[in-house]
Amino acid sequence: MTKNKPGDIEIKTYATHHVIMQPNPLRKVLRRLEADDGDDPVARAEKALAGLSGEFGSWMTIEADRLSAAWDAIGSKGFSDATRGELFRAAHDIRGDAATFGFPSAGAAANSLCRIIEHAPDLAKVPSDLIMHHIDAVQAIVRQRTKLDTVAMANELSRQLRGIADEFLTKANRHRPEHLEAILAPSIVPVE
Amino acid sequence: MFRIDFNKLRFLVCDDNPHMRRILRTLLHSFGAREVYEAEDGATALEMYTHYVPDVVITDWAMPIFDGIELAQMIRQPDSKGNPYAPIIMLTGHSEKRRVTMARDAGVTEFLAKPISAKGLYQRILNVVANPRPFIKTKTYFGPDRRRNTSNTYIGPERRVGGEMEVMQQPSLLDKARSGI
Repeated sequence: MTKNKPGDIEIKTYATHHVIMQPNPLRKVLRRLEADDGDDPVARAEKALAGLSGEFGSWMTIEADRLSAAWDAIGSKGFSDATRGELFRAAHDIRGDAATFGFPSAGAAANSLCRIIEHAPDLAKVPSDLIMHHIDAVQAIVRQRTKLDTVAMANELSRQLRGIADEFLTKANRHRPEHLEAILAPSIVPVE
Repeated sequence: MFRIDFNKLRFLVCDDNPHMRRILRTLLHSFGAREVYEAEDGATALEMYTHYVPDVVITDWAMPIFDGIELAQMIRQPDSKGNPYAPIIMLTGHSEKRRVTMARDAGVTEFLAKPISAKGLYQRILNVVANPRPFIKTKTYFGPDRRRNTSNTYIGPERRVGGEMEVMQQPSLLDKARSGI
């Protein structure tokens, strides 16, 4: 859409690198904010997102069922790059999406499962109960989340699972410093 | 202060999760965008990138076939026929420092950790549109300048030689990811 001519690009050459500069190719889509501009695109988008929220519960159920199906596939086909990859992507999607969908505790449980899949030296040797408890927790949180006491219970469940998973991963990676460092590193996502 | 005419921008969204694509589409249309193309894996995204020539790419990290990092690396080919300079926003559930560094070194322009927010997405888009950084080409890297502030005391092996201190004063990808917006 907005392109520069090749001649617009200016290249400065140095001993170890080139610095490539061009006029901002997207400058035409920028306009100065007028003092009386009452438009708020962020508020408009938040409102639209709220309009979608009626579907979040069913989306979350689909995501949780995808995670269970991925685990079932490992039960029937065994561990392979494909089955492991699908288990990770299913958990990873829940980790990223669950808070948006109103299920932050499910996201925390899925995050703990992702850490196991990423950092266990051999996923086939991880106690299957440890993986199953994470998947069961996600399912329970998604399907039982209507009462305040279940919200508190979901938070506690996710917290305990994370503790057990971290203990397992710390021991399993005691001779793998790069994994140990990643396991113990703080998340960049601010704690709510 | 600037406002973006979103209706003049063309977006390519790449995420294997249909729910996240729907959310992104909703947010972008609400901002005013009309042209939003969607791909569910890296390979399809690369084809669409060449075909539609988007102004901004928003990609997930973990995807089948090839992932968002590989997509960024394929876009950032200085001699490719396509546009290697388009801003790439990595939207991902990954939330570790080493991931931010990996994304930066693959040529990603901005990093946005999920959960997604309208404000966070808008600010990333505003930044890539209003404040594009120069591109740097070395033997091992081609992409937006990774230095966002000066460090005169740095003497490590990756110190650039012979360059002037032309540095965009912006928070690092990591600091921005940590800020949560």
